[in-house]
Amino acid sequence: MNSILLIIQREYLSRVRKKSFLIMTLVTPFLLAGIVVVPTYLGMNSSEERNIAILDESNLLPILETKDEIIHFHYVNGNVESVKENLDSEIYYALVHIPSSESLEELKDKITIYSDKQVSLSVRGQIENLIENKVEKIKLAEAGIDSQTLKDANIRFELNTIILGDEGEEATGNAEASLGIGFVSGFLIYIFIFMYGAMVMRGVIEEKTNRIVEVIISSVKPFQLMMGKILGVALIGLTQFTLWMLLTLVLTTVAEGFVLSSPEMMANTFQGTPMEKGIMMNQVSTAFGGISLGQLTFAFLFYFLGGYLLYSSLFAAVGSAVDQEADTQQFMLPITIPLVLSFIMMQFIIDNPDGSLAYWFSMIPFTSPVIMMVRIPFGVSTGELLLSMGILVVGFIFTTCIAAKIYRTGILMYGKKVSYKELWKWLTYKG
Amino acid sequence: MINLFEAKNIQKKYAGHKALDGVSLQVPKGSIYGLLGPNGAGKTTFIRIINQITAPDSGNITYNGETLQQKHISQIGYLPEERGLYKKMKVGEQALYLAQLKGLSKKEAKKKLHYWFKKLDITSWWDKKVEELSKGMAQKVQFITTVLHEPKLLIFDEPFSGFDPVNTELIKKEILSLKKDGATIIFSTHRMESVEELCDHIALINQGKCILQGSVDEVKAAYRSHTYQIQFEGELNAVKDFEIISRKINSAVFKAINGKDSNHLLQQLLTHVKVVSFQEQLPSINDIFIQKVSE
Repeated sequence: MNSILLIIQREYLSRVRKKSFLIMTLVTPFLLAGIVVVPTYLGMNSSEERNIAILDESNLLPILETKDEIIHFHYVNGNVESVKENLDSEIYYALVHIPSSESLEELKDKITIYSDKQVSLSVRGQIENLIENKVEKIKLAEAGIDSQTLKDANIRFELNTIILGDEGEEATGNAEASLGIGFVSGFLIYIFIFMYGAMVMRGVIEEKTNRIVEVIISSVKPFQLMMGKILGVALIGLTQFTLWMLLTLVLTTVAEGFVLSSPEMMANTFQGTPMEKGIMMNQVSTAFGGISLGQLTFAFLFYFLGGYLLYSSLFAAVGSAVDQEADTQQFMLPITIPLVLSFIMMQFIIDNPDGSLAYWFSMIPFTSPVIMMVRIPFGVSTGELLLSMGILVVGFIFTTCIAAKIYRTGILMYGKKVSYKELWKWLTYKG
Repeated sequence: MINLFEAKNIQKKYAGHKALDGVSLQVPKGSIYGLLGPNGAGKTTFIRIINQITAPDSGNITYNGETLQQKHISQIGYLPEERGLYKKMKVGEQALYLAQLKGLSKKEAKKKLHYWFKKLDITSWWDKKVEELSKGMAQKVQFITTVLHEPKLLIFDEPFSGFDPVNTELIKKEILSLKKDGATIIFSTHRMESVEELCDHIALINQGKCILQGSVDEVKAAYRSHTYQIQFEGELNAVKDFEIISRKINSAVFKAINGKDSNHLLQQLLTHVKVVSFQEQLPSINDIFIQKVSE
């Protein structure tokens, strides 16, 4: 068998068989699902009833009331100091004190909320909204405007967005969904490059500290060993990614099953099911900004692999230059800067996915994997996409050549603190 | 004698430091060739060049009459000084992997491994993880993976470091039997006692230069000091053309002054004492090594 295939096989099998691989692969989708579900679940169930005492000395505001079943207002009388002291914290969550005042304007920043712990933002927000609504009504009445008139005058508009393709085809777009998909795929690429790049680096350091490297490179060329490792880990990445996708699919199906199994949910879902399903599918496809799921997946895999190949060879070079993982920091910085930069740039790119900043960052191979994935859901012309992909391919061939030269010398260098100057010399050594 | 391996005027520079400065060597087929030298002399660099791990800046190398190239890799077995194995891999699996990298088919490798594992009595280790092995045990495995593909040229870099005396003996025996089977062995070390025991030829490398080479007997003869040790009975008198360096009751060491040989000494001695034993004191490789390196 070809030796590079042997190396790929070993790198792949030795990792796939590890318990940690199995655990990571199984647990991550649950973790991700957990990150999404748990806060939502907790938010939905924060039904702790809250009694709030109100001491209104101004007599300017009408009685506040909530439709909410969680927050209850209780009006109290008396001196603010004594009320504060006698407030039973077992019953009352907080006390809202509205001091006496000449006018509503004056009252603006005088209302205080007392509590023995930090008042939750949502409670404070609700009370602020209530008061603002009441004041607005009073002011409108004073000006002789009927609140219904105002409501009628307020019409919300929503624009339909259509993306025109290269061949003049039209596709319905949805900026929010594009934003979400762009952000998520950009973020995933960022995480994956780091995760699997570091895996390559640790593998190189392991071989070097184990001292097995000299035995192996007496049989194969250092370049074969490096590429075998990089490709083996790439296969690990693809395997893991595929398993995650499948697992997520299973999880969501199972979750849907649970939702459908509860009778009231079933009643809700079955009302006009065919119609709703159709609309939902429609929304999913508009979400990709006219790009099919297949195209998006292809682009994702391409940029994941391209970005990974570009960076992992550099990670391998860093691993070869040091004796232990703790020494990698000084060389990691120049590698992580473009990655972190592209991560930071993501939010600016989302604001303006067609600006020149977005264009250039999606062309530079060090940032294009993350940035282009952010841009794709907003629609990128085929020419631009091909150019960016082409540059990425050239980019990873270039970094691999550089990395191979450093790697070749580095793996045989022991007990030497390596500097950048040293690395530069290694680049010029004859093979 | 036919040379399996020849190096001519090898130069290798690392960042201004000359690791090898015009080294030329001839390794005869079927010999055990000792590559000697102090630490940092350039031995490992030279060995790496033979293994094509690094390339020389200039000079040329022939293997079996051909210029050394990639295809020769499968005919070379190398046990580096800094050696290791993947800790998390099983012994058998790892040995198979290394054998396949050397170009053996899986089936062939398995067959040979079973033979060697049996021979060194380590069959029960097959499914053990390397991290469970002691250092000496791991070295046995490494030895096997070095010789498994029946290389014609074997290179051992400090093969005995870390072995206990029992295993050292075992490996020595295996090295000699490999030689008997026709392998040529390059043996790098700075431990001289094993050199005299095993090597037919030696080369001494110091500061990137080959300062001495030849067969062990030739080298020793070239560095003889013409001193003779005798044991005798009777009254010892002074001998012409020889001076007594040391003297005990029944033994003495003579050194030739005017290039006279041993017969000359014996003839004179026989006239007045009974010679019990007579031996020329040849320098050990260790003495030559120290003398040459400190020159």
